[in-house]
Amino acid sequence: MSETAELSVEKSKLKKEREPLFSKKNKKLITDPLDENNPVTIQVLGICSALAVTVQMKAAVVMSISVLFVLILANVSVSLIRNLIPNRIRIIVQLVVVASLVIIVDQVLKAYMYDVSKELSVFVGLIITNCIIMGRLEAFALGNKAWPSALDAIGNSIGYGMVLVIVSFFKELFGSGKLFGFEIFGNAVEKTGLYGLGYMDNGLMLLPPSSLILVAIYIWVQKVRNPSLIETH
Amino acid sequence: MDLVKIFIKSAFVDNMIFAFFFGMCSYLAVSKTVKTAVGLGMAVIFVLVVTIPLNWLIENFVLQEGALSWVDGSENGEGFSGLDLSYLSFIMFIAVIASIVQLVEMIVEKFSPALYGALGIFLPLIAVNCAILGGALFMQEKQFPNIAGATVYGLGSGVGWFMAVVLIAAIRERIRYAKIPGPLRGVGMAFLITGLMGLAFLGFMGFEI
Repeated sequence: MSETAELSVEKSKLKKEREPLFSKKNKKLITDPLDENNPVTIQVLGICSALAVTVQMKAAVVMSISVLFVLILANVSVSLIRNLIPNRIRIIVQLVVVASLVIIVDQVLKAYMYDVSKELSVFVGLIITNCIIMGRLEAFALGNKAWPSALDAIGNSIGYGMVLVIVSFFKELFGSGKLFGFEIFGNAVEKTGLYGLGYMDNGLMLLPPSSLILVAIYIWVQKVRNPSLIETH
Repeated sequence: MDLVKIFIKSAFVDNMIFAFFFGMCSYLAVSKTVKTAVGLGMAVIFVLVVTIPLNWLIENFVLQEGALSWVDGSENGEGFSGLDLSYLSFIMFIAVIASIVQLVEMIVEKFSPALYGALGIFLPLIAVNCAILGGALFMQEKQFPNIAGATVYGLGSGVGWFMAVVLIAAIRERIRYAKIPGPLRGVGMAFLITGLMGLAFLGFMGFEI
């Protein structure tokens, strides 16, 4: 993979004469997916994992980093070989590229972060069919050079990670009174801190439907702040 | 009896959409009208019933530790029986799914143009639907003892997915002309409805037969 990374750097250097590395257009590739073209809330891609791994912030952060890694390398490598792929079998080629990257991520997680990998269970494997990856490969990497593809990948995976972290923040804080495993509101069993005053965790926050409702609220807030995103029908 | 149990559990208790959010992307994309929802739902059932038993065979005769012992008849970790290829499962499963989808598309087109007309445009979409790969990975986790169990699991999950997508499409058709606050129109409302439906499906949790 280091070869492809070097290639992309070389390519971007060649391009520099005509277009600076962080031209206005390229900067937009990173900032757009954070808000007005967010992959989860606006493009509606990659929902499955965004909803399923948000019970704990730690899992959400690990998941976002895995997606960042896979998306950048997949976008760059597919963009480099885009002119060699026959159109009819492009989906299978993309799937093979993504699947090999996901195997690397899965093995690394199993080796160094076994507890997190157990909690993510099948969702690491599901990065393969995460629509963000396939969607960006189809919509961007197949038609653009390596450097813009890398920027697009960074922007989109940060936009994805942002939603994951925000949703898991509320789910973990109100569902179990913790953040990253640290007890924020005191200990629920020994009745210290807020729990001593009669506060109770909201168990509903830990169940799957609450992440759907939290994402809906996120979309609501985002569209109230930016009315141009409101759908017309 | 066991098979009935597996079916009910995979269709209702562990419903793919409401408990695991598998295939949410296509679920939200096709649920604008009931007709397209039925089309994709049928295609998902079909592909799940075909691919899950196939992946079960691959898992049990190729990938698992010692699964290859039938090649040279070796035992106790000697020769082929010592191989553990389970790290290859992602790439094997996705390859099986992608090629089967392509194959199914060609067969259906050749022998049943009517069915192709109904499912045709949805079949390519299915290769990258996480419900299919998710079903295969859960099948691997659940360790079904025989192929019948795996097939029924595929059927049950497919039926559960079908049910969820048709239900939400019906609701979305019904509320199309309702007065929804602007920012919630479209995707936002679909999320909220799915959340409420998920709450209803929580009633099946802990359901024993």
